[in-house]
Formats: sequence, structure tokens, C-alpha cells
Amino acid sequence: MTVLDAHEADALAARHPDVFERSPRKRLVVWLITGGIVLYFVFAWWFFSIGQVFANGNWGIAGTYMADWISYEIRPDIEYRQNHLEISFPRFSPLGDNPAPDWLTEKRATVEIETESPAGAASPSSSTSGGFLGGLSGGNESDTSGGLLGPMESGPSSADLPEVDQSVGVRREEAVIEASVSIGAGKRVDVFPGRVEVSRGDETLILDIVQGERVEPRGPLPDWASQREPGAKVLVQFGFAGRAEIEDDEVKIRRRFLGWENFFFDTRSPFFDRSAGDVAYLVLFGEPLQPGRSNAALAWDNFVNNADWQHGDVWLKLLQTIVMAFVGTVLATLLAFPLAFAAARNIYPSRIGNFMLKRFFDFLRSVDMLIWALFFTRAFGPGPLAGISAIFFTDTGTFGKLYSEALENIDDKQREGVRSVGAAPASVQRYGVLPQVLPVFLSQSLYFWESNTRSATIIGAVGAGGIGLKLWEAMRTNSDWENVAYMVLLILLVVFVFDNISSALRRRLIGT
Amino acid sequence: MSVTSPGTVLSAAGQTIEAHWQALAARRRLYTIGGILFMVLAMGGSLWFANESNAGKFFDRLPYVFDFIGQLIPRDGMEIWRALFDLPSPYDDGSLKYNYPDGRVYLTQSLYMPEYFYKMLETINIALVATFIGFGLGFVLSFLAASNLTTRRWLRFFVRRFMEVLRAFPEIVIAGFFLAILSLGAVPAIMAVAIHTIGALGKMFFEVVENADMRAEEGLRAVGATWVERVWFGIVPQVLPNFLSYALLRLEINVRASTIIGAVGGGGIGEVLRLSISQGHEAKTLAIVLLLFCTIVAVDQFSAWLRHRLVGKQAFQTAPGG
Repeated sequence: MTVLDAHEADALAARHPDVFERSPRKRLVVWLITGGIVLYFVFAWWFFSIGQVFANGNWGIAGTYMADWISYEIRPDIEYRQNHLEISFPRFSPLGDNPAPDWLTEKRATVEIETESPAGAASPSSSTSGGFLGGLSGGNESDTSGGLLGPMESGPSSADLPEVDQSVGVRREEAVIEASVSIGAGKRVDVFPGRVEVSRGDETLILDIVQGERVEPRGPLPDWASQREPGAKVLVQFGFAGRAEIEDDEVKIRRRFLGWENFFFDTRSPFFDRSAGDVAYLVLFGEPLQPGRSNAALAWDNFVNNADWQHGDVWLKLLQTIVMAFVGTVLATLLAFPLAFAAARNIYPSRIGNFMLKRFFDFLRSVDMLIWALFFTRAFGPGPLAGISAIFFTDTGTFGKLYSEALENIDDKQREGVRSVGAAPASVQRYGVLPQVLPVFLSQSLYFWESNTRSATIIGAVGAGGIGLKLWEAMRTNSDWENVAYMVLLILLVVFVFDNISSALRRRLIGT
Repeated sequence: MSVTSPGTVLSAAGQTIEAHWQALAARRRLYTIGGILFMVLAMGGSLWFANESNAGKFFDRLPYVFDFIGQLIPRDGMEIWRALFDLPSPYDDGSLKYNYPDGRVYLTQSLYMPEYFYKMLETINIALVATFIGFGLGFVLSFLAASNLTTRRWLRFFVRRFMEVLRAFPEIVIAGFFLAILSLGAVPAIMAVAIHTIGALGKMFFEVVENADMRAEEGLRAVGATWVERVWFGIVPQVLPNFLSYALLRLEINVRASTIIGAVGGGGIGEVLRLSISQGHEAKTLAIVLLLFCTIVAVDQFSAWLRHRLVGKQAFQTAPGG
């Protein structure tokens, strides 16, 4: 092994400066390129005003949207009344029409509830009219509503308006006086009329509510709670598990659960909220839930027409996308195949013909798939026909170019051999050319078939139909991200399957 | 092309060969016929399904296609140029259809850039920025995914799966997600195209790296170079021309992709094209199509020329858009 000492190494370096020291010009080029890229990024930052866009971005909602992909929220509102609470769920709550979740416990008691008498209630402070009407209608009211108390038994809640006792009816009824929402381990919100207690771990925040006016926290706010200004609503964060907005008239609870809600049956289905075993039993052995229809048919119908997930429609749209890619690619292959022979210099020796055809292919390819898709959407109306036509036009150009290039690169010996034994021109192509190029042609088509499945999704969104359009509509609402996740999952599955089919076929065809 | 002539009597061995050949030919014929039959059925079914589920049936809509093509003819040929360069139109009646000068983007007091050129510039910049970002991150990831440079199996596995997810995730979903957060504009389009590009280029790159000549790297390893030094001085100079060639190919695809993303709210020329087609502004539509066509051809030609200089003939290929 040769060993160099430092002196000798320096001498070698001095002899070959071009190896060890790059020329100033080359070094300058490196700096110029680096500087150019940096300058370009500065320009792009300014051109797209990226900083401003990011600053104005609604980043707070991003986490919620991300979480919506794999989870759902249940949103009870707890409203304060004078001495009791009212719990309500939104109309299309994932829990159905009669929600009674076990994480929301309520304490009921009989309380006196002020009811406003039919006529005099509008302005209880107008004592004269109130008294007059109260005197008149007292007896009637006790007849109509059985729970009405005697006018003298005024509840504590109406103590501030003593002189209008008679106008304001009071009835005794069982109502919620305390609601307690458990949001994960150690996190809970307890709501009382006039007071809300939030505990997270060992910290507890107590808020006093002046109904309809202000929210007053007792003591300093912990870092998981925030209030914009004194008296305004208080926002309490519980991380992924949910959050609560404590306002001066109600507490909005947002409780988040992992998973896709009502994936199989929506709330209107008779199978809603039943366990899998229960459903299986009903389908196999149960009495028909609807007369004249077997449970299996009913379950399938309820599942496919699930209002939240629209399984049937999603699958149909997915099939449209698959069909778009398949038909478009096959038709393009069929048309490009003969045209490529005419465009290849060595097959069809007409300079003008070759040139014209090749420019035609370039035209089809360069007028983008998007433009074709927009044109045909306008012409055929939204649906797979537009997508098929767009893929067909673009890919005829691409295949024509690729095929004619493959034809121009064939080995001529095989063709000469076939011609030398006196074969007809058609036979020369069939036995001299085709065996060389057919595997390449098919392999190219398969490759594009697979990538067109992806493209078909995208052009679908501009109106060419298929799952792309459905996906786009689901995203536009900003609230159906779980449906987006479902469709993306299906698309990924389809692309994965086709990827494998296509590469398996290509391996069999050309062995690569 | 039968090899045997009918008159010749074959020996026993010859008859066996003949029988085998016949069997083989029959099976191949069966496969061919079966394959064709399958394709015909699949195509027939697909076409029927496509026609049934379309908003309008093919033959009912066919006359409208020609009507639509007829509607694309502007009132006179010069209208296209007026629309393209934002010159005032003699047909201006105050409607959106002929308000070409309204779109002018003034650079100085008197010098303006026509609207569509500005939008085209925006689209090209979306593609360019996305390609740069994708190149940078794909570059870094590719060395971590190459089996000849990264010995930790779990890291390689993780990086490869990560790139696969980036590549397979529909761009439209990424764009839609960022459009919801950042509101309409070019930045969501950049992010969507860039994220896809990272995955696509990363895969191409690590395959190049795996085919690189490892002797330079071995030499550097022998003198005790660190991993970064070995990669930077041993591998990068070999693979850079190929990397750049793939990046240019990707740029062509990204120009098209950013046009499409633009049409769904990502800004740029795609958006104005979609609007102009849906509003039936024939001169504007033709002007945009002309501009887009010329730009795509120019980008393709430029990229082909540069790739040819970088890696010679071998880089010539047309990649599908996905």
C-alpha cells in the first residue's frame, strides 16, 4: 500500500490544481444557482403572499377537521332556566331521536317552574294589566294545566316580582336541576342553574353565571380555559376528548368519540343502535320488522341507503370512476394502435403523413386532460361520458406518440426475414413487427390504465362525474370529513388493487 | 403456418410433437378468444353503465356536442387576440363577455400584463415552487429509503411507506383540505402538488440511488468519511443528472396538475378557464386554451431539451400524469 506524507500530498495537489481546486467559474455557477433558487423563493413568497395567507389561515379549525376524519362529535346544549336546566341535542344528532348517553348524568327533582300565562306574560312588569288578567284567568288556568299551583304559593324564583305573582303561573314539575358531563377520565363539567364547575385532573374551575348577562370565573383561569374579555363566554379545552363553551345562557358541550358514527345503519333504521350479534340474529331468525319484507332485505336496504354515509351512491360513483379509466384507456389503445403504424417513419413512408399525425398526437396530449374534461362536461353533461372522452382524447395522443416511437425503434431484421419469403404487406406487419412491439404496447397501456384511475378521480372534481365529484362536494360542506376519509380509503384500495393487477399483468407480458 | 405438409406420414415421435403442438395452439386460441370475449363483455357493460349513469345519454347529447362546438366560434377571428391581450372589443356592451381590458394587471402606470398571462404565470409558479419543494424533500428522503445507504431496516420501511402514502393520496383531497383552512388561492394548490411531488420524486430518486455505483462511496468510507460526506461526495455527483431529469419530467406533469387544481379553486389559469367555459365566453375560452396549449408545449420542449443535455437519449420517456 502506498503511503503519502503530507508534503507529497501537497505537491500532488499543486500539480493538479484543476482536481483539487475547482475553477472560479464553476464555483461561481454553484453560488449563482443557489442564490437564484433563494431569490426565486423570496419572489414566490411575495408573489403568492404566502406569509399573509398562512397568518390568515384558520389554523384553529385544522385540528378539528383532521380529527373529524376519524371521529365524531356529540353536541348537547345545556340551557339554564331560572331554577332548572334544559338539555337538548341537535336535530340530526348521531345518537338518534331519544339520546340518553351514559356520560351525561342528570339529577332530577321537582321544582316550581314559572309558566307565563297566555296573555299577560309579555310584560310581567306591567302590574295593573297583569293583576287584572291574573285575577280573571287564575281559575281557568288551574283547570287546563293540572300542575298549576295556587297563585299564593310563589316559588323563590319569582320572588323578585312579587306583585305579578298572579299573572305568572307557577307549576310544579320534575326537571333537571343538575347535569354532569364526563369528558374522559378525570374531566367533567357539572352544570347547575347559575353555576358551572369544570374539573380537569386535580384542577377545578368554578364559574358563576349571571343568566343572560355574564360569566364570572372564580379565581384565575387555568391554561386550558380562555376568556376573550371579562364577562364573555369561557372556552374550556379537553384536548381530543372535546371542549365546552360556557356562555351566559347555555353550556355547549362538544364531546368527541373515536370512530365513524352510524356507519352501518342510520338513526331512522330499525337496526339502529343494535349490537352486531343482535342484528345478525334479527336478520337470520328474527320476526320481520316490516311486514312483507325479510329482515335481510331490509337490513341491506337500510345499509346501502344509509343517509349519513350513502354507501350505495359512493360505490356507484367509485364504479363510474373505474369505468371512466378503463373505457377511456381501452378506446385510446384501440384508436392509437392503427394510427401509430401510420405515424411511424419506417412503417408508412410518407413524410407529410407522419408529420401531420405526430403533430395531431401532440395536440391531443398538450390540450390538457382538464380542458377536454371541461369541454365534454359542458357537452355531455356531468357524468362518466365526459370523463371517458377526456381520458380517451388525451391518451390517444400519448399512446400514439409512445407507440409510434416504439415502432420506429424496432429491429428491422425480423421484418426483412418475413418479407424475403414473399409475405403480403399485412403479413409482414403481423409477423415481422407486431411480435416485437405488442408486449411494449400492452405494458404501456396497463401502466396508463393504473395512473388514469388516479387521474379520473381528479378530473371528476371539475364535473366529469365519478367519485371525484362526490369527494369534492363532501369537502365543500366542511363538515363531512369522515365521508371524505371513507372515500379516500376506497380510492386508495382501488388504486392499490389495480396497481397490483397491472404490474402482475405487465410482469407476465414483458417479464419486468 | 403449419409446419407439416398433409402428404407426409409422421413417425411416432413426430406424431407426439404434432399432438403437443396442436394442444398448445388450441389452448392459446382458447385464451385469446376468452380474453377477447372478456374484454368485449367488460367494455360493453362499462359503456352501458357509463351511458346509463350519465346526466344525458350519449346519442341524445351528441347533437349538443356539435352545438357546443358551434358556440365556441367567436364573432370574428380577432376577438381571440383581443381577449388574449386584453384589448378593447368593438362588441363591448358592458357585459362580462367582452370586458377584456378589465382584467389588465398594471405593472406600472401604463404598462400592463394581460390577465391570462398573469394567471398562466401564477400556474407555472405553482408548479415550479411545488417541484422545488418536492425535489428538496424527495432528495433527502430518497437516501434514507435506499437499501445501499440506509442499513436500518425499520427506517427504510418507514420512509418508503411514508412516500407511498404521499404519492397515493389524491391531490384533490389535500387541496380541498387546505382550501378549507387557508381559503381560496394558490397556496393550497402549491401544498397539494408539492406533497404529491415529494412522494413521486422520492420513489424515482431512491431507485436511482440504489443503482448507483458504490465504489466511490467505499473509497470515502475507507478514509473515514461520515455518512453525510459519503452521500454528498460519493453518491450525489453520480445521481444528480438523473435526479434533475426526473425533476424536469415532474415539472411537466406539475404544470398540468396545477392547472387542474386551479380549476377546483386553486387559482391560476385553471380557474379562469373553468369560469369562462361555464359562462359560455367563446373568445375568452379559446384565448385561454391557446395560451395553455402553447405554454404546455413550450414547457415540454424546454424540459426535453434540458433532459437531453443532462442525461442523453436514455431519459426520453413520457410518464403518466399520476
